[in-house]
Amino acid sequence: MSPDRVSDWQVTKRLPEQPDFLWAEAEPKPSYDVIVVGAGGHGLATAYYLAKNHGITDVAVVERGWLGGGNMARNTTIIRSNYLWDESAGIYEHALKLWEGLEADLDCEVAFSQRGVLNLAHSLGDVREGRRRVNANQLNGIDAQWLTPDEVQKIAPILNISADVRYPVLGATFQSRAGIAKHDWVAWGYARAAHAMGVDLIQGCEVTGVLREADRVVGVDTLRGPIRAGRVALAAAGHSSVVTASLGLRLPLQSYPLQALVSELLEQVLDTVVMSNAVHVYVSQAHKGELVMGAGIDSFVGYGQRGSFPVIEHQMAAAIELFPIFARAHVLRTWGGIVDVTPDASPIIGLTPYAGLYVNCGWGTGGFKATPGIGSVFADTIAHDRPHPLAEPFSLSRFESGALIDEHGAAAVAH
Amino acid sequence: MLSIPCPWCGPRDETEFSYGGQAHVAYPGEPSTVDDSGWAAYLFFRENPRGWFAERWMHRAGCQRWCNVVRHTVTYEIAASYQPGAPRPDVA
Repeated sequence: MSPDRVSDWQVTKRLPEQPDFLWAEAEPKPSYDVIVVGAGGHGLATAYYLAKNHGITDVAVVERGWLGGGNMARNTTIIRSNYLWDESAGIYEHALKLWEGLEADLDCEVAFSQRGVLNLAHSLGDVREGRRRVNANQLNGIDAQWLTPDEVQKIAPILNISADVRYPVLGATFQSRAGIAKHDWVAWGYARAAHAMGVDLIQGCEVTGVLREADRVVGVDTLRGPIRAGRVALAAAGHSSVVTASLGLRLPLQSYPLQALVSELLEQVLDTVVMSNAVHVYVSQAHKGELVMGAGIDSFVGYGQRGSFPVIEHQMAAAIELFPIFARAHVLRTWGGIVDVTPDASPIIGLTPYAGLYVNCGWGTGGFKATPGIGSVFADTIAHDRPHPLAEPFSLSRFESGALIDEHGAAAVAH
Repeated sequence: MLSIPCPWCGPRDETEFSYGGQAHVAYPGEPSTVDDSGWAAYLFFRENPRGWFAERWMHRAGCQRWCNVVRHTVTYEIAASYQPGAPRPDVA
């Protein structure tokens, strides 16, 4: 528990001035060593680590919209590594360790605040699942504790822990090293650092297809013309299926809208992150003071970057019961992003049946927390043309072998 | 909120329905001959188009029957709804 750190942040730091331009817009060259599709957090981090760790700087990151404007701008910025299975512990904890050194690494503030995350249990099943996950985390060297309702309320005093509510709090897991960061600053930090090492950042350049010769991918088709590449790396999140459709490459993904919202600015009332798997509420209070809340995914496949009202309504009802004082807060805005969900709620990372094509997708509702981890692992996979050891279990072939990594319990938003 | 035309009950709110994913996914005809990649395709791989999509809905709070709906995954416009077993109408 680290409320002091939160208030320290408020006392000693201030939000910086609007930055000058951090990178220069590039025109696409005819060809590159590596093209990364998607200038979200994952794509930018991949380009950064390709340059920094592997000396590969002839890289373009192509983006159909604007840099960091997809899910990178729409997530609720929660960072944690308390997943169940060893494979997940490997990659998420690798990411968390990188987060802990990221500001120094990028020489850029990202407001990473390790204020801890509570995952609430509302039923006997939740309690068993939570305790099991705490044990699994501890065996993997990841900080985790099981807390009783009284201990939960010490950390989040505004939480209603009375027994006579629809979703009583029966306990919670707590990871104290978890936290939040400012997602835009993360994207800009990676963009600036990648650009400084020679990476081209190309916005407004939608990829419409993948170029191939026999079984080798040799570039991409874009609305600004074809661009050749030795290697193509996909980091297109909810639109991955659209990009691979031209190849006839099917991915086991379904894309759904996922919603979030913020309140107006409020005084500090919550200095940790609270997540409730069962009722689809996850909430933190951003540095400026707005409550940031995530909801569940829509029930149906969709690419409309907006969400269904009943999902928000359900989430608000649960949030107000858990946090009665939220009833007085006003919603400032709501939005939706498109998340690519796999059958086992774990990502797909690695090689594809096409030489020179690498895929990183399927992070579903939880990709932001992995940003530095997947960037470094994916860059290593691309540079060496073999899965990084941490990526190996997340291969596309697991859907044939049956070696699924079921993280529906820890993913926290039901898929 | 979607208004989904149940072929039996007429248009109803989305909240009355449960979602069943892609329609017209046939169980393999001869299961004993299906290899691992065939089972993977049947179990885990679905269409995920940005465009028209035939999908299953169950009118849970109504007639409790399944129907198929052709819906656009960007505009959410619904072009057709029809009974299971009927072929997918040509809408776009």
